Amino acid sequence: MPTEKQPKSTDELLRLLEDEHTFVTLEGGDALDTEMVINMGPSHPATHGVLRIVLKMNGETITQAIPELGYLHRAMEKLAENKSYHEFMPYTDRLDYMMPYSNNVALCLAVEKAAGITVPERAQVIRTIACELARISSHLLWLGSMVMDTGALTLFLHTFREREKIYDIFDLLTGARFTVSHSRIGGLASDISPEAISALKSFIKQFPAQVQSWEKLLNRNKIFLQRTVGIGYIDAEMATDMGLSGPNLRASGVKWDLRKKVPYLKYDSVQFDVPTSTDGDSYARYYMRILEMYESVSIIEQLLDRIPEGPVRADYAKQVYPWKSEVYHTMEGLIHDFMLTDWGVCPEKGQVYHAIESSKGELGFFIQSDGTGHPWRLKIRSPSFVNLQSLPYLLEGSQMADTVVIIGSLDPVMGEADK
Amino acid sequence: MPVFEEILSRIQSDLSDSLLKSELYRGETTLYIKKQDIVSVCKKLKSDFGFNFLADVLGTDRFTDDDRFEVIYHLRNLTEAWFLRLVVLVDEKDLAVDTVSSVWKTANWEEREVFDMYGIKFNHHPDLRRMYMPQDFEYYPLRKEFPLIGIEGSIPLPAKE
Repeated sequence: MPTEKQPKSTDELLRLLEDEHTFVTLEGGDALDTEMVINMGPSHPATHGVLRIVLKMNGETITQAIPELGYLHRAMEKLAENKSYHEFMPYTDRLDYMMPYSNNVALCLAVEKAAGITVPERAQVIRTIACELARISSHLLWLGSMVMDTGALTLFLHTFREREKIYDIFDLLTGARFTVSHSRIGGLASDISPEAISALKSFIKQFPAQVQSWEKLLNRNKIFLQRTVGIGYIDAEMATDMGLSGPNLRASGVKWDLRKKVPYLKYDSVQFDVPTSTDGDSYARYYMRILEMYESVSIIEQLLDRIPEGPVRADYAKQVYPWKSEVYHTMEGLIHDFMLTDWGVCPEKGQVYHAIESSKGELGFFIQSDGTGHPWRLKIRSPSFVNLQSLPYLLEGSQMADTVVIIGSLDPVMGEADK
Repeated sequence: MPVFEEILSRIQSDLSDSLLKSELYRGETTLYIKKQDIVSVCKKLKSDFGFNFLADVLGTDRFTDDDRFEVIYHLRNLTEAWFLRLVVLVDEKDLAVDTVSSVWKTANWEEREVFDMYGIKFNHHPDLRRMYMPQDFEYYPLRKEFPLIGIEGSIPLPAKE
């Protein structure tokens, strides 16, 4: 435990500062003694985007932290009300731009629930595989940047090398590297190719060894442990109350994973663990994500061998786009294509909410339909927004230097938090 | 493990005084709650039925003459994986709902977002400021009458040199 001491002289102050376990407090008219307000962000390399935090400091200790959001607010929900469901799809790519594929799928699942569309098995399996691949890609970026926040720059290059391979696989699978927009309401834009399958297979074959080598670099690294163990602690009850979700909640000991508890897609047909820890600190949040990457690899491995044959888009031209071959060569196909583009999917009047377990937590889409092709109200439950709410609780009482580590360990993406 | 249907009928009988109507659509249960009872209902759901996780709070604009706005709460029970939706109707003449941030801390920012987008005030809220828009912004952008293109001059731009 650190002890608090008040030095009597300058000599004593210098001596006390040499001991890392001592807090030095000064009394009197010293500049360091007064409370200081520091503005961090919105443009700061360690705030993962445009997060602004106003910190009130007492020496090195944070006494108050106020996060300010809205610097990347693009009125996603207002735009959604003025667009058809298909038109809104590319916007979801820009929500959590670390894993665009999952956002597309989350929107599609919500619309399919509202409209009562059944998606073919093959499409569901491909969606599940791609969502797990997107989770790995998101965790890789997080790992690189979080370790960079603690001061180690090298690992970023290693994780980005692996991420590059995932981009290549997405390119083969969807035709785009980053903003994929591959999911369609009722299925997928295109089928998976044999090249994409073999690229996936060779990727998951070598990937776990990479993660193991990073674990060797970090798990018992003294500097990394000193920067993360015990930093930003939150217990299970508080984490639930604060609405944390995803790895952040599981790091506090709550075994909650929507893939297990409320299964969607094909998650009920695969075997995987939900790693939890009771430590609740930044290190636990780091380790949960590392373990999740292994689980994602295992899910992809299990599903790759049993992609069922069949169509990848539902054959129901009133609500699901027909294939282009049909549009160009049949009258009905052309009419349906026009109707869907002009009027859109028209779910019955009613409200639905569908959430998926994204890499950050519970990503939900709430859709209130009035029976037309545009949603009357579309609300995005973004995990980053809710996770960020716990920042004041985590920061207050901790040290200035830990701010970036705590933000990094929460893994916020401002595109999603600001919507 | 108790079945959700049994629990639901228990909830409905326990809350019968505050309940306006209930709906089941696509496997999701929606309970319409009287506005003045929302805090007590939430407290009861949390303590007696284990709804310990508030997934979301959101507003909607129904664009009707009476009960124009809705405030919707998505509740989860993390041990039993139950999901419940509460709806409170808010009339334009009395744009205020009691805050549930005393029940779940999540509600703090979620309610600020509803206030920012619809102008619905939350009584006894610890920090009711705008969430996304500038603090001096005059309009409520997710209301249906607010144009998609925005209102000219509502956000002042830097003067031209």
